[in-house]
Amino acid sequence: MSLSDLLDFGPFFDNIDAILRGFWATIRLAALAGVFSLVIGTVLASLRVSPVPVLRAAGTGYVNIVRNTPLTLVLIMCSLGLNDTLGLTFSDDSGTTYYWWAVLGLSGYTGAFVCEALRSGINTVPIGQAEAARSIGLTFSQSLRMVILPQAFRAVIAPLGSVFIAMIKNTTVATAASYSEVVTEMKTLLDLPSFTSGAIPLFLGVAAGFLILVLPTGYFFGWLAKRTAVAR
Amino acid sequence: MTDSKGGAEPSVPGGTDRADGPLVEVRDVNKHFGELHVLRDVNLTVARGEVVVIIGPSGSGKSTLCRSINRLEPIDSGTILVDGKPLPQEGRDLARLRADVGMVFQSFNLFAHKTILENVTLGPLKVRKESRETVEKRAMELLDRVGIANQAQKYPAQLSGGQQQRAAIARSLAMRPKVILFDEPTSALDPEMINEVLDVMTGLARDGMTMIVVTHEMGFARRAAQQVVFMADGQIVEANSPEEFFTNPQSDRAKDFLSKILTH
Ligand SMILES: Nc1ncnc2c1ncn2[C@@H]1O[C@H](COP(=O)(O)OP(=O)(O)O)[C@@H](O)[C@H]1O
Ligand SMILES: [Mg+2]
Repeated sequence: MSLSDLLDFGPFFDNIDAILRGFWATIRLAALAGVFSLVIGTVLASLRVSPVPVLRAAGTGYVNIVRNTPLTLVLIMCSLGLNDTLGLTFSDDSGTTYYWWAVLGLSGYTGAFVCEALRSGINTVPIGQAEAARSIGLTFSQSLRMVILPQAFRAVIAPLGSVFIAMIKNTTVATAASYSEVVTEMKTLLDLPSFTSGAIPLFLGVAAGFLILVLPTGYFFGWLAKRTAVAR
Repeated sequence: MTDSKGGAEPSVPGGTDRADGPLVEVRDVNKHFGELHVLRDVNLTVARGEVVVIIGPSGSGKSTLCRSINRLEPIDSGTILVDGKPLPQEGRDLARLRADVGMVFQSFNLFAHKTILENVTLGPLKVRKESRETVEKRAMELLDRVGIANQAQKYPAQLSGGQQQRAAIARSLAMRPKVILFDEPTSALDPEMINEVLDVMTGLARDGMTMIVVTHEMGFARRAAQQVVFMADGQIVEANSPEEFFTNPQSDRAKDFLSKILTH
């Protein structure tokens, strides 16, 4: 194999359509999973600090189970277990259904990490803030929503950024849930009999694509953390 | 009497009119922190419009008593009545009670992510569900009254300690509480800022606000209080008018305590 083969970006650009389609699928998955995992994580964190023991136990149980299960397993359970075996589908179109299962699986998984980041943020909020909130007559959930969580979020924006970066990279596991994102497209290309050279440039290209997604995410969260920091 | 319905009295509904009774009644209250017995059979009655100063050595249970009146600390036994009603358990009723009992903390505890104006309007908007227009108007009047109207758009960390504490008083007043609890409101302040806060509190007392104030500021106690309560080891050792208490303390504990704070 010659050096020119190794650096042959021809096949990469010949198949740029498929690769871009794959990245678009990755972005659609990551964006929605980002929103959902934020919601799920916030609900879980609220459960875990709730004064009601049953709710606390539910939150703790969920986080401990999901955080300690490999993501591949979570996704396969969603697509093979819930979808194929139990027949829980979102739509007649299998592509759409697998998309939603990938979104839910990834969100449910990432939500557990968002919850834990958020909980460490809640611990940075001085106890006096909660006491002041209660003393003007806010209920527990109002104190949480209006006083504690807004400050907790601001305190953990940087760690949340890391959670989201991990989530973006975890989208590649969704291929296990039969959702075709960029890595699925890449493997399909590599398996084509006509694909004889240019595997390494293909890898490099896809890796560069992830850099383009992830780097701005990191910068964005860094900027946001600085902008919203609470002075005490 | 021309009353046609035989026997019907032109009645005042049942028993004592609430508006006449004491505003806060603490009866036989006990509280432990683990093994530590921090409140021992505490009894205290606060009349409407009365200002009570609680004084005593550190660790004697002053903060705990103060905080138990809006149930930031639950008690083990005894009864606490606010406006004739016993303190509710956790939940919505308790939140409603707390809206009527203001609290001012030693460390201000202004909401760090909200402006001064937002700090003052949050309770009336979310708890009382008043309209934003009325709430903001009243908030600005209150901020003006405590002398920091020009700081309304700033965040707490941008204000001096004295200004923050005055904002905290305004936040408390915005709820139109029946009584305000002050837990060492000037202890965290630099000396030059103590008076600006005490002046605001003296003004409130003069306007008839019912106040329970944990403080060692004897000038304030003399000027504003009707009753001084001396606590030691979780007990109320002595309760008297400020004049009597400071010039003629009865118990050895009080004499000892006063001699210590007077020589400084
Ligand atoms: N949350 C708590 N847990 C355990 N002990 C406490 C707690 N709060 C106060 N104490 C103890 O209770 C006693 C009374 O405290 P406190 O009411 O704060 O006294 P004061 O305000 O008069 O200085 C002290 O010995 C203090 O150490
Ligand atoms: Mg204290």
